[in-house]
Amino acid sequence: MGDPINLIGDWLRNLMTGWGLPENLATFILTVMGVVVMASFLLILDIALVWLERKVVARFQDRIGPNRLGPFGIIQPFADIIKLLIKEDITPQGADRIIYNIAPLFALATVLMMWAVIPFAPTILGADVNVAVLYIVATGAVGTLGVIMAGWASNNKYALLGAFRTVAQMVSYEVPMVIALLIPVLLARSMGLQAIVDAQQPWFILVAPLAAAIFLVTSIAELGRAPFDINEAESEIVAGFHIEYTGMKFGLFYAGELLHALTVSALVSTLFLGGWRGPFVDQVPILGVFYLFVKAFLIYYVIMWIRYSFPRLRIDQMLGFSWKFLTPLALVLLILTAILDKAMEGATPLVYTLVMLGMNILLVWATVQVLRTYARVERRRVAERRPVATATEADFKELIGQE
Amino acid sequence: MQNDWLFIGIFLILAPVFPGLALLIPRLIAPKKPNPLKSQTYECGIETYGDTWVQFKAQYYIFALAFLIFDVEIVFLYPWAVAFDQLPLFAVMEGVIFILILVVGLLYAWRKGILEWV
Repeated sequence: MGDPINLIGDWLRNLMTGWGLPENLATFILTVMGVVVMASFLLILDIALVWLERKVVARFQDRIGPNRLGPFGIIQPFADIIKLLIKEDITPQGADRIIYNIAPLFALATVLMMWAVIPFAPTILGADVNVAVLYIVATGAVGTLGVIMAGWASNNKYALLGAFRTVAQMVSYEVPMVIALLIPVLLARSMGLQAIVDAQQPWFILVAPLAAAIFLVTSIAELGRAPFDINEAESEIVAGFHIEYTGMKFGLFYAGELLHALTVSALVSTLFLGGWRGPFVDQVPILGVFYLFVKAFLIYYVIMWIRYSFPRLRIDQMLGFSWKFLTPLALVLLILTAILDKAMEGATPLVYTLVMLGMNILLVWATVQVLRTYARVERRRVAERRPVATATEADFKELIGQE
Repeated sequence: MQNDWLFIGIFLILAPVFPGLALLIPRLIAPKKPNPLKSQTYECGIETYGDTWVQFKAQYYIFALAFLIFDVEIVFLYPWAVAFDQLPLFAVMEGVIFILILVVGLLYAWRKGILEWV
């Protein structure tokens, strides 16, 4: 059990009890230190994400991106931060001051909170609680609350529209997301993330690839990233909920969004890609951190790829996609997974994985067939000759004011 | 277990402190020269007209209702999934029937046209 973090922790504990501090106080101090270290680590990572995001989006758009400050523009995010810090903070007229100022705190703090339950390695994790999945759903929902507060309190119509759209979007995509989350819980028989990682003898992406896909899509919608970014659609409502925010308050929303994307990637890798699992992780637990972040950054790249490749959905398309496609699909998937899982009690892992994989592939095939039929009907409907205007000539003359 | 909840509790308290610190620094070093023109609400260059906090589309409310029903019912399924090993086939089927009731509810809402954005 030789990993440096627990080693330092034990050393500090011995040191403190050696000084004559009571055991409880030592635990408390160590926990506070753990929280501070973890949060600082995440915030530093967040700064790196700003650079990564700008660099990758530049490449997607056939640009070079930041390249002036330091090698590959690595110092650029620090320059950004200094600029944000010295900008004047403007509160719009008639804004609800308290809520307006609290909202950015919510945006970043809730994302940090999610990391409390994510296991980094077999021996390194914040809190191994047995309701971790529920905790993640709950903190994610509180993060949405920050967006709604920002939009409502800004006293700006664009911001308010953005907040409304956010509500509709979050509310719709929460349903398939929670159903998709049920599937790893069902496969692992536990809601603790450490237990879920332990249960992934074959990774769950092999047993439940469709659930992973649904979870990824709904998570992108929860993030409010393209193609689901109607809550901050630049071309319609300018910047949506954070339109009135300046300086560091805007910076917190930005940082919160980036870190949320990484959090979602870490969650996908924990739930479906085996989390810290990898070669030699049992001998050298610290390797787990490396594996987790490799997988998380892979998913993060996929999320960025999706973001910069797809056009924005309209609100009716977006809601329809959730309620008429993802929700029924997730419910059917849940039923099939539950029945098959019960039917295959005592089967070998290989047979189990193959049957589950086959079921997923069959379900995807059936879904594609249904979608093709729907597309055919829809194409016919659109291609039909429809009256362009139903007005008669007399109506038209009346309309333009001629007799 | 107790220590785990202690960790989460301290995290919940300390998590807003970090962004709070980030907001404190601009208060000390950023310029502060507000004027009425600057603090006007942005609206594409024209003066904003009327109250912002107006009545909004009722459709948002209907979607929120549909969500509430689904989410509450799905939360009931979590204990069922956690205790899956101990469940006999009968209990699994009961869970499936519960999900089917959800599906019927979804189809009903669909037929009623609640899911159309108008």
